[in-house]
Parts: sequence; structure tokens; C-alpha cells
Amino acid sequence: MVCQFCKLKEATVHVTEIADNKVKKVDACAACAKEKNYNDPAAFAIADHLLGLGASQKMEEASEAVGVLSCDQCGYTQADFKKSGRLGCARCYEIFSDGLDSVLKTMHKDIRHRGKVPAAAQKAAEGAQRLQRLNKDLQKAIAREDFETAARLRDEIKAFTAVG
Amino acid sequence: MSILEFLIPASGACLRSGPHDKIVLSSRVRLARNLTTVPFPSHSKKADRIKAYETLMPAVKSLAQLGTDTFAESMDRLPALDKQLLVERHLISREHAAKNAGSGIVLNREENLCVMVNEEDHLRMQALRPGLQLRQAWTAIDAIDSALQEKVEFAFTERYGFLTACPTNLGTGIRVSAMLHLPGLVLAEQINQIIQAVNKLGLAVRGLYGEGTEALGNVFQVSNQMTLGEPESDIVERINKVLLQIIEHEENARLSQTEKKPAVLLNHIGRAYGVLGNSWSISSKEAMNLISFLRLGVDLGIFGETPKSLADELFLRSQPAHLQLAHPLRDKLGSDERDLFRAQMLRERTALIPKPNPQALLGRRESGSPE
Repeated sequence: MVCQFCKLKEATVHVTEIADNKVKKVDACAACAKEKNYNDPAAFAIADHLLGLGASQKMEEASEAVGVLSCDQCGYTQADFKKSGRLGCARCYEIFSDGLDSVLKTMHKDIRHRGKVPAAAQKAAEGAQRLQRLNKDLQKAIAREDFETAARLRDEIKAFTAVG
Repeated sequence: MSILEFLIPASGACLRSGPHDKIVLSSRVRLARNLTTVPFPSHSKKADRIKAYETLMPAVKSLAQLGTDTFAESMDRLPALDKQLLVERHLISREHAAKNAGSGIVLNREENLCVMVNEEDHLRMQALRPGLQLRQAWTAIDAIDSALQEKVEFAFTERYGFLTACPTNLGTGIRVSAMLHLPGLVLAEQINQIIQAVNKLGLAVRGLYGEGTEALGNVFQVSNQMTLGEPESDIVERINKVLLQIIEHEENARLSQTEKKPAVLLNHIGRAYGVLGNSWSISSKEAMNLISFLRLGVDLGIFGETPKSLADELFLRSQPAHLQLAHPLRDKLGSDERDLFRAQMLRERTALIPKPNPQALLGRRESGSPE
């Protein structure tokens, strides 16, 4: 069979697509298949199969929008996600977070973690909260020209950040 | 020491009992965790996997919760048959059995805590309990997780929780599941309704060995799918509630079959007893479906004092790796010979069970009739 695009080389890639309830068959040579993006039919399937239809497309749109194509820690790419439905490393969750949220919405109860928090992270979060509160109080004290309280708060913040 | 020497023999393993164990075979809670800086196992190079392995194996082995007598081994040092044995005992996943260098397993003496290193995530740790004991399993694995967090740092963000290779496990990384024996619902043809109802609640129903497997021997696995957006204890409690309902439906189905169609029940159970006791070649699929009815017969009191553990033992020993390891030819035992050997084992064991006594079922109905 000859490639239906270039009509020169032998067709080695055969894809059956179903779009809008119509079956479309494609027979292409390796070069044309790559050009027309028929190179890896399995790439369509797995992310969508695992994570729900359209998951890979949403991720792709989001990463194109911010112009990020790969993870700077592990080199994971959009295509890898499409193929495997999985991410490469912890850092990928920051890199691809824009697209991820819409994917997560379809599969989970919510997109914010409400479960167990590691003891170390818990301590850090509480510290950050306390610091925020102190700073707010300091601003208020300055606004009402209560400099005695402001000085005390300033020292408290200093001591807290020095320890943390 | 080989895994066969370490594991409690099938006869002993089946003696474990727990609440509702006529219907709930076992409870399990699994947590997925990853290291911060090393890529996830599915995407990492061998050197990275070995780095994760060398960080995690000693940390896991040193956990006081696992005790001192553990089985800890690299997957490349386990023969294929031993790995299959671990799958049949539900201690590791089929995916993990396919792993080699850079992946490992740590199992405790009681066989109720098992950690897989470099499966899909750096760590997959699970607690198992007989019968319906989801809360106990969660408490046990929660303690292991907390103890490990003092030794290694897990990938975690405030927003997404614990980070996992697959977004379907994100957040809590928890998979809560129970293995159920539901012959009553299958016979009453109510099983599909139950599965649909359970699916609507966001829970998955699968076959004997998890994802993509058949429900052989009327054994079904129920587990959560959502892992992000609610606390672990809420997930555990929800599944617990659903399981209690399924148990009630199964009990009702058994009762109504006993009252309305005792002959159908007796026919299934009697034939199962006959075939298991007299066949000379039997496939594992056929054996498991028959043993399911044998177990139902034991539950209904048709086989006198026969303990349910005997049926469970037959079920386990009918699995391919269990059979092969019991045979001198081991992995050279072909599937035809395995069917012969399985039939022999089942004949010998079934001979220990007294003939079914129909009065156990009919007696209740015809209590006024003469002997």
C-alpha cells in the first residue's frame, strides 16, 4: 500500500480514527505520519483513558498558553504526559499546574488537599501564618501611632525570623 | 531466605480471622509517597531509581513498626515464581512483580505491613487486615508514614498534598480497599445493580487482582477513586459505610435464596463438592468458581464443622504459583500438568470435608415434617 499523502513511499502507519461518529482510515509512510501527527496513535489514548476524555488536550492548551514545554528538573514534556498520563517528578506539578487544575477537577472531590500534612510542613505553615499576623498588627499599630506596641511587635518579628 | 520459607504456609495464612469475614475477606489501606528531588520511577533513569532505592530501603527496614524479622529484597533477586506468589497473596501488585533492579519489597513477619519501593511511585506502603478492619489498617499505615517522615522528606505541597506520579493518586495518596466474597448477590442477579450503585458513589469495583482483572470466584474488590480534596478518615469512613451496606445486601440475598430457592443453592454447592472431589484435571478459573460455592456451603453450615479457612486454603493453593512451588518441577510444570496437579490437591483436600447435609438448609423450612 502506498502512502495516501505523498503517494510515493510504502505506507507503514495505519490509523483508524473515529471523529464525529465517522470512521476515518489513514495509511501513511513514516515521514508523512510524523508530519501529520499520526506518528504515535497510542499517544492519544493513555492520558485520556486514565484521566478522562480531553485531559491531554487541556494540559496541552494550558502549557502552550504559558509557553512551557518541559520540566526544568526532569525534562518531562507535554508529549510524555499525553503518552503516559503521568508526571515526571515533584517539580512537574509546579510547571504544569495551570493545565493540571482542570484535569484534577474532573477526577477528584476538590482540587485542594485537605488530608494529612507532614509535621515539618505543618510547622512551617503555622510559622508563616504567625508572621503574617504579626506584620498585620505592626501595620495597624503604626497607623494608630501606637509606637510602643509597634516596637514590641518589631522585636517579636525579628526574634521569630531569626529562629525560623 | 527465600520468600517461600519466610511466608506463613497457606494453611496458616487462612486461619486469620476478623469481623464480617464470611463476606469481607480482607481490608487494605495503601499510601503512595515520593521523594522531593528524584524523578518518579516511571520517568527516571536507572541511576535515579537506584538512588531512591538506596535512600528508602534502609529507612523502611529500620522502622520499629515493622519489627526486626522482616523480609527485605531487591526485585531482581526474586525468581519470577516467587514474585507471582507474592501477587497471589496480595502483598505486591502485578506491576511490581514485573520490576527488577532498583525496585524492592519490605514485608513484616505478620505479613500485614508491606512496602514496595519504586513501583509507580517511590513508595507504595500498605497495611492489610483480615475481615472488615479499614480503620485499623489506616491507623497502622498512618503510623508507618509518620515514622518515615522523620527519616526522609516526601514531595508535598500545601495546595496538592502528597505528589504522586499519576494525578489520580494526588493529595492523600490513599487507596482504601476491601476484598468481598459475594456469591449471594451473584446468584440473585443483583450484583450489577450493586456495582452501579457503588460506582455512583465514586468507588471502583474490580476483580480479584485489582485493575483490569476478572471477578473470579465471586470475589470483588471495592476501593476509592478520589484522593484529593477530603481527609483520609472521611474516605475510610465512607467506604466503611458502603461496605456495611453491601454486607447487609449479601446477607439478605443469601437468606432469601435459602428460603425461596434452596434447591438452586444446594445444586450449586453439591455440584461444586462433587467436581472438586472427583475431577482429575481442572483449570484455576473453574476451581475458583467452584471453591466459591464450597465456601458459601461452609458459611451456610452445610458442611458440618468444616472451617471456612479450609475453603480459603483451597482457593489460595489453586493459584498457579502456589501449585508450582508445591510441585518438584516448580517453574517447569506446564499448564496441563498444573491442571492435573491442582485436581489432585483438590481431591485430597475435599476428601476431608463431610458430604453436604441438605437438612442444614431445608431443616429450617420443614421442621415439622417427619425424619
